[in-house]
Amino acid sequence: MNMLESSVGRKLVMSVTGLSMIAFVLVHLLGNTTLFYGPDGINAYAEALHRFGALVWAFRLLLLTVLLLHVFYGIQLTLENRAAKPRAYAIKSSRATTLAGRSMVWSGLLIGGFIFFHLLHFTLQLINPELAAGRHFDSLGRPDVFMMVVLSFRKMPVSLLYLGALAALGLHLMHSLQGAVQTLGLNNERTLPKVMKAGVLAAILIFLGYAAFPITVFTGLLR
Amino acid sequence: MDLTLYVWRQKGPDDQGRLEEYQVKAITPDMSFLEMLDVVNEGLIRAGKEPIAFDHDCREGICGTCSQVINGMPHGPREKTAVCQLHMRSFRDGDTIYIEPWRARAFPVIKDLIVDRSALDRIMQSGGYVSVHTGGVPDANAVLISKADADTAMDAAECIGCGACVAACPNGSAMLFTAAKVAHLAALPQGRTEAARRVCLMTEAMLKQGFGSCSNHYECQAVCPKGISATFIAKLNREFIKAQMPGQ
Repeated sequence: MNMLESSVGRKLVMSVTGLSMIAFVLVHLLGNTTLFYGPDGINAYAEALHRFGALVWAFRLLLLTVLLLHVFYGIQLTLENRAAKPRAYAIKSSRATTLAGRSMVWSGLLIGGFIFFHLLHFTLQLINPELAAGRHFDSLGRPDVFMMVVLSFRKMPVSLLYLGALAALGLHLMHSLQGAVQTLGLNNERTLPKVMKAGVLAAILIFLGYAAFPITVFTGLLR
Repeated sequence: MDLTLYVWRQKGPDDQGRLEEYQVKAITPDMSFLEMLDVVNEGLIRAGKEPIAFDHDCREGICGTCSQVINGMPHGPREKTAVCQLHMRSFRDGDTIYIEPWRARAFPVIKDLIVDRSALDRIMQSGGYVSVHTGGVPDANAVLISKADADTAMDAAECIGCGACVAACPNGSAMLFTAAKVAHLAALPQGRTEAARRVCLMTEAMLKQGFGSCSNHYECQAVCPKGISATFIAKLNREFIKAQMPGQ
């Protein structure tokens, strides 16, 4: 059997693509912290990134491929797994499963929907064209990303939507960080319980890190 | 003890099946769960009704034949305990108890609480063995095995193949079972020769028999009457990755 037919092989793809996206999420978080330095921070950061030119697009295509592979195998495996358990128990109790674990496909789909919105919002800048960084420039002539982000997050519905999406991401990561390590076969008796705890902690930290942007802007701490 | 039971009754593989209610009286806390069902069945037989069909054999917790989901938990409320070793003292007078068969596509119900678990045998047939030369008995210490490896293999070999892991898994996956067999043989020098081939064949057989895949809930290790660890699933994954390497 070919590796991509095997369920273990497809789970390895899920694990590697998932960890790659988590790496991106961490780098993206680090890059976003330039927002706290004001317009000089994030506008300079955005301009520096765009100097990579064609490489930016190559990276975006790579990331899109990784995402699509993750979504495709995630949905395929979920459908297979549901088919393998066609009948539920009249009463079901559990000892180990978590809400995060049981809702992986749903939190994943929410994240997918959010990525679509987020790209329209801050990358293609079609959601609030009047705030688009592509149309407004700071005093140094750079696209004013800072203004776009700050004025967007001042709107309660936008901030709430981002916080909701981040909650879905946090929930997804609470289960998937430990799962990715297990699927790569990196666990033993000593590490499994620690990896499970560390995965939940890391998910909460990533959630808090990202949530800091809409919260500090909306509450007026960052202006 | 007086109890209300809701037991899954299904005449045969094609019957729809339903939960039926039974009022059970004068059960003593020292009876095992299966003895309680024996009492129920004696009453049913006296009344000219069909007794409840359920699997059982050694009743010592070592054969892996008994298979009941009690109040939504495979093998019932006590951890690391097969149904046959579960006693009525784990319940209270007046309790309502739901008894259902293992549920998974790969385990079709034969009758009432009895399911067909031969899909696990087919996973074993695909690669759960070591090839050995026939002939004279080899010298006992010809192949040295470290204590650590022997312990790992013995821990994995504790699996009695009851299928509770499949019954508990939200995905109806037999990963813990398959992983225990793969890890048991891969830990020993006699099993290393065929390790790469074995992990590929056994995981392929698992998929083809209609079992799901592991999504790391670890419900399996929580219900396993022998306490087989989910870290054996990590070991299976390692063996699978090794088997994909060039030269394997």
